[in-house]
Amino acid sequence: MLTKGKVSGIISNLVIVDADGPVAQNEICRIEHEGTKLMAEVIKLNRNQAFVQVFESTRGLRVGSDVEFTGHMLEATLGPGILSRNYDGLQNDLDRLEGIFLKKGEYNFPLDEEQAWEFKPLAEAGETVEAGSWLGEVIENWIPHKIMVPFKFSGSFTIKWIAEQSSHRVHDVIAVLTDSRGEEHQITMVQKWPVKLAVKAYKAKTRPFKIMETGIRVIDTLNPIAEGGTGFIPGPFGCGKTVLQHALSRQADADMVVIAACGERANEVVEIFTDFPKLIDARTGRKLIERTTIIANTSNMPVAAREASVYTAMTIAEYYRAMGLKILLLADSTSRWAQALREMSNRMEELPGPDAFPMDLPAIISNYYSRAGFVELNNGKTGSITFIGTVSPAGGNLKEPVTESTKKAARCFYALSQQRADSKRYPAIDPIDSYSKYFEYEEVKDYMARNISPDWVDQVVRARDTLLRGREAQEQINILGDDGVPLEYHVRYWKSEVIDFIILQQDAFDKVDRTSPIARQKYMLGKVLEIADREMKFKNFDEVASWFKRLINSLRQMNYSKYESGEFYNHLKEVDQMLIEIAEL
Amino acid sequence: MTEKRAFQKVYTRLTRITKATCSVRASGIGYDELALVDGRLAQVVKIIGDEVTLQIFSGTEGVPTNAELVFLGMAPALKVSEELAGRFLNAYGEPIDGGPALTGKEIEIGGPSVNPVRRMQPSQLIATGIAGIDLNNTLVTGQKIPFFADPDQPFNQVMATVALRAQADKIILGGMGLSHDDYLYYRNVFENAGALERIIAFINTTENPPVERLLVPDMVLTAAEFFAVEKNEKVLVLLTDMTLFADALSIVSNRMDQIPSKDNMPGSLYSDLARIYEKAVQFPDGGSITIIAVTTLSGGDITHAIPDNTGYITEGQLFLRRDSDIGKVIVDPFRSLSRLKQLVIGKQTREDHSQVMNSAIRLYADAANAKTKHENGFDLTEYDERTLKFARDYSEKLLAIDINIGIDEMLDTGWKLFDRYFSPEEVGMKEELVKKYWPGQSGKQ
Repeated sequence: MLTKGKVSGIISNLVIVDADGPVAQNEICRIEHEGTKLMAEVIKLNRNQAFVQVFESTRGLRVGSDVEFTGHMLEATLGPGILSRNYDGLQNDLDRLEGIFLKKGEYNFPLDEEQAWEFKPLAEAGETVEAGSWLGEVIENWIPHKIMVPFKFSGSFTIKWIAEQSSHRVHDVIAVLTDSRGEEHQITMVQKWPVKLAVKAYKAKTRPFKIMETGIRVIDTLNPIAEGGTGFIPGPFGCGKTVLQHALSRQADADMVVIAACGERANEVVEIFTDFPKLIDARTGRKLIERTTIIANTSNMPVAAREASVYTAMTIAEYYRAMGLKILLLADSTSRWAQALREMSNRMEELPGPDAFPMDLPAIISNYYSRAGFVELNNGKTGSITFIGTVSPAGGNLKEPVTESTKKAARCFYALSQQRADSKRYPAIDPIDSYSKYFEYEEVKDYMARNISPDWVDQVVRARDTLLRGREAQEQINILGDDGVPLEYHVRYWKSEVIDFIILQQDAFDKVDRTSPIARQKYMLGKVLEIADREMKFKNFDEVASWFKRLINSLRQMNYSKYESGEFYNHLKEVDQMLIEIAEL
Repeated sequence: MTEKRAFQKVYTRLTRITKATCSVRASGIGYDELALVDGRLAQVVKIIGDEVTLQIFSGTEGVPTNAELVFLGMAPALKVSEELAGRFLNAYGEPIDGGPALTGKEIEIGGPSVNPVRRMQPSQLIATGIAGIDLNNTLVTGQKIPFFADPDQPFNQVMATVALRAQADKIILGGMGLSHDDYLYYRNVFENAGALERIIAFINTTENPPVERLLVPDMVLTAAEFFAVEKNEKVLVLLTDMTLFADALSIVSNRMDQIPSKDNMPGSLYSDLARIYEKAVQFPDGGSITIIAVTTLSGGDITHAIPDNTGYITEGQLFLRRDSDIGKVIVDPFRSLSRLKQLVIGKQTREDHSQVMNSAIRLYADAANAKTKHENGFDLTEYDERTLKFARDYSEKLLAIDINIGIDEMLDTGWKLFDRYFSPEEVGMKEELVKKYWPGQSGKQ
């Protein structure tokens, strides 16, 4: 028998319920309100009182309202039909909610219950299986969507019966399993999983070893993210976080992209809704929306569901990872989630930590980041979740609790710099402050040596050094004046500007420049290093500046031209001509 | 909204009174519900068992423990109809213009949010004639954008100008802590422009209790949603000053014993502001709500919690600055940003828009560097000298807020200035555009 209760107190979306039986921490309950039921999660228990956070506005709610506990935590519904969907934080299918405005207490089943899928068995009767084993597959968009033994099943099972290749709806039974005690379990194409728990149905989590291409030079070349790795992008507002996240979601080399739009602007999600059905994924020739799932809990939607939205997104990613797929998970912005935690902690009158955030914030964040990763499945196949979150530090100050906690958890740090954004040097990722820990991984280095070029790491280090030397030279010039430094300082500074303009800066709104495949990145890095290595003689610093400006102009035209096109080579010729001229001086 | 209804239960024993709240034993009360306490409007903010705590908007000064308390059975609401047009109302939606009481459908304010999949991508340019806005920070219907301004800057004037030029069907002004003089200023400007029938204003002046301000944005946006959804109109919402709104939030949270976060603001500041700004929307049927707000800064500090949270919510921000070289107020090209400009630039405007905008700003930045160099006592190069001259012209002919020209003319002016001071290589634009637009370019080559 499920526990019932009555509302005894209301403070905004924190509701106190007097329960008549056992209640679990994080259990979901439903509060009766004007003919609808408001969903809420238990966040604290005190004797028979349950403190629940309601995922909706509590306006009009009265003391004495009936409450019904469900006996389970917040769960994601997993099955074919998740791709291309737009969900809210509780996994309601937004497209199937009626009306322009969201109505209180309206929930729907996240999958299409009527759609027929062509089920193809991958296992046979008599086989021994465990949680996560592939029983069969259906084709979803173009992804072979595996129907698995539910993650909740523990121990090993024998397949008693499995359906032949045939058409099925999600709730149809497609297999019957027998457990060790001889009990039978019917399997459908749908399973549920509590979003706050990590799916562990794999053999091992291994160290990431290959890089995930994003087409963004400052990431791929200078601060590569590994497939199955984690990264975060902190930056003040107006520094291009969103443009960068959108570029990643469009271009990254992933089978599936899950976007958790958490507490951010609705119009940014609308941009994805509008563009992705039109844009083509260059790798597969398919529309981007076909590989994308969006979890939208925008800043005006109920605050309590923000937390749910990031967990729902992670659970969906884990589900698809278990099919042996390469998932990119983006969350914009994890700070909004942390703020939601803060609001609730405040209402519960907990003792606050730094900046009034809850004390366990670092643990919550690191626990979340740890769910990403490269895994070896029980059947020997591999899958990965690469996770990149954005952080919106208050006042642009990176010493605030969310940024600091995330820095401990994430392996790549893409610091957006206000100064670069102000001078319109986009993407505004600071080349000196940012880092990728994966650059130190022997396996990753080895992978780059084999797949890009043997001296790749060495080249990247040289590019970084050139930037650093350029920055030092610039500081000296600023202090001592153009005349006060040797001419060599000007040359050094301008060589770093070449790398800045040609490698770091990238026009996200230009059709060609917005994405740069690794082969092209390799070519351009080679070219700018060739320039950086040249001995150059100039008469005066005016000449240095004007020569390099012309050079940068031609190199930029190369970036704007289709790779290896006639136009591209014409501009290359201009560049080479200039290099010959300078050598002859 | 504040009238008592017949046969309502009257409570006469307040169990507790603080500076802003009072409590009473009552049952069957809905959360957020309104009540009248001693004739003052109050709202339920907390219910524990049979103890209901209410926040009294105008404060509790002089409220006795035996004050009459009547629950009104609903959350704050506004009567909406076409008759709203031309009216000046207070924070409760009651006329302050001497006109008749409002009639129409009573709608609870602070209603639900739009389903994000039902929004349309904003795509209609709003032309203001001010090049600092149209050229560099183009505004789009359905956008939300504040002016970040120090109190001494003429933001009210610029906002009124923008509002009148924007060709909106309705302009709804939310005045929060507006000085009485500024209130009259807005009234006069709208009246002189013959635009009164398009205006609706909800005014809370400095003479009114600060906590009442909290109702203003929701009132404004409820009216805006009525015209945008039911009448498919283009509605422009002006909110001034959101800093005073946030200050009122912090007063309330302090009185409710909440733990303050950064700058003594409530921890929920981001959500509280987002709830308002996110009402900006483009509806599929043509109606839209565009929000232009004012957030006053203290000494230009944008790291303060109010502008900081605002910046993360709004789609850009506009900065005004006095340019002492030309003696005029300009729209600062470095710090201002319209995030939605990409949706219209080069699409509803000429193909060269993006590059003209970026090149001019880059050259303006070069000029700023040259100026610093000069101030630090270094010699200027010949290029530096040219950038300085360019900057002066650019500021005067394009950035100043008294400009009123079309966008094509702004672009042509840009090209003329490039040609006057620079060579095409120095400007560094796409070749095809240089060939097409650089003055005299076709003749030279």
